[in-house]
Amino acid sequence: MSTLFYLSSTIAIASTILVITRYHPVHALLYLAVSFLAVGMIFLSLGAPFVAALEIIVYAGAIIVLFIFVVMMLNLGKDTAQQEKEWLKPKVWLVPSALVLVLLVEMIILLFTDSDQPLKVSVVDPRRLALSLYGEYIIAVELTGFLLMAGIVGAAHIGKHMHTPLHRFLQNGEGKKEKPKPLRPVESLKNEQTVLHDQ
Amino acid sequence: MTTEQILIVAGVLFVLLNIAAGLIWVERRMLALWQDRLGPNRAGPLGILIVLADTLKLFFKEDWIPPFADKWVFILAPAIVVASVLMSFVIIPFAPGIVVADLNIGILFFLAMSSMGVYSIVLGGWASNNKYALLGAMRGASQMIAYEVFMGLSLMGVVMLTGSFNLGDIVAAQKNWWFVVTQPVGFVIFFIAGIAETHRLPFDIPEAESELIAGYHAEYSGMKFGMFFIGEYLGITLISAMIVTLFFGGWLGPAFLPPLAWFAIKLFFFIGLFILLRASLPRPRYDQLIAYGWKIILPIVLANLLITGAVALWLRDH
Repeated sequence: MSTLFYLSSTIAIASTILVITRYHPVHALLYLAVSFLAVGMIFLSLGAPFVAALEIIVYAGAIIVLFIFVVMMLNLGKDTAQQEKEWLKPKVWLVPSALVLVLLVEMIILLFTDSDQPLKVSVVDPRRLALSLYGEYIIAVELTGFLLMAGIVGAAHIGKHMHTPLHRFLQNGEGKKEKPKPLRPVESLKNEQTVLHDQ
Repeated sequence: MTTEQILIVAGVLFVLLNIAAGLIWVERRMLALWQDRLGPNRAGPLGILIVLADTLKLFFKEDWIPPFADKWVFILAPAIVVASVLMSFVIIPFAPGIVVADLNIGILFFLAMSSMGVYSIVLGGWASNNKYALLGAMRGASQMIAYEVFMGLSLMGVVMLTGSFNLGDIVAAQKNWWFVVTQPVGFVIFFIAGIAETHRLPFDIPEAESELIAGYHAEYSGMKFGMFFIGEYLGITLISAMIVTLFFGGWLGPAFLPPLAWFAIKLFFFIGLFILLRASLPRPRYDQLIAYGWKIILPIVLANLLITGAVALWLRDH
């Protein structure tokens, strides 16, 4: 199990680094999907199959697809990659890399000083997870529900717009909620009819 | 891994790929029958060797990658569809003891793999760098993400009544009543969502030949197109197998036939239904499909969940 854990952790770290260094947004997102799959695998190897499945369904299967969906519509081509290349100059890397390096050294020291604790794996089945979510942690679940509800209401508000059919046949028919008002005076309609008769 | 397990894996893979290839012939003959034609009837007995001819043709066609395409993503996309569908078959109990991996998160694994399938359409359409392909990818992504939600929710009624995500337990729980009797709404919605997930007619709007040429796989040729083709038939087989397992008692049946035979009979019945649907229903418009999903199916499936939960609680206490 711990071999699987270290293997998938390595994949997760490598693909996350690739997410940051890719210039093309869709390629970066693909590596992000790989990273989520690897994280799912980490959960599985640590005995949390339910969380692993949710990680893949929610993150890799829905959120990244939506990201790609949006990026796909933006029609980002070579220009964007060029722009990214200019933004990600080595000078920009310097400080964050140095800071992360310190953390890395700390982690390595910790790993080698405190290594007599083995990786503990206890499998949590869906039933136990559900019981603790809806028992012990019910307040956290409810609060998350509030947060998501606020997000949905906000999205619905932003996405709402009056439906104005452009075709004149549809203007009095389907999809019209407010009181129908004539878009142009009746005179012009009469003129149009006379024009039609002329033909 | 024991020898028995390896044999099961090899057997399942062999049978599935043959079913998927054989469905090319079955579908064309059935469609012809329902449209008062003969269909392919020249190569071999009843024209069954059309499968071989089709496969050979696909193998020898030029496998062209358009110069304007994103090469690696273009190659990756058709592999994802076949891989994700084949992975889903891992959890299906074909008969007692014949299952590749008896996972205790069975249904969730199926949902995870089917959500991976979206990538093939999105990436295929995007990497082709073609307007029609992109439109197909856009339709495919929104259709599949929307119907994935209903698919997951429609299965939760079954999970509630069984108390387990394991497909073996779900089959065992149908000893007295098939879940189609206790969960009819769940079955209908799962079936509709399944058609939308496999983007078969009438919900084939991502590829809609008459509007989008071939949609997301317009630029694909040769065996890469063949992968999308086989992936579609594997998808039909998968959804049929899931319907049989979840709602029609899986391998359960009267004892005069072996369990595997019952599973196969039920499976082919639903595959036939998929083909009949293709022959009989017109394609809805893209916005109609999405509006229908969110405004009609979602409330129904949530109500179904509520009522099932209430009844399950009441039954437990009485």
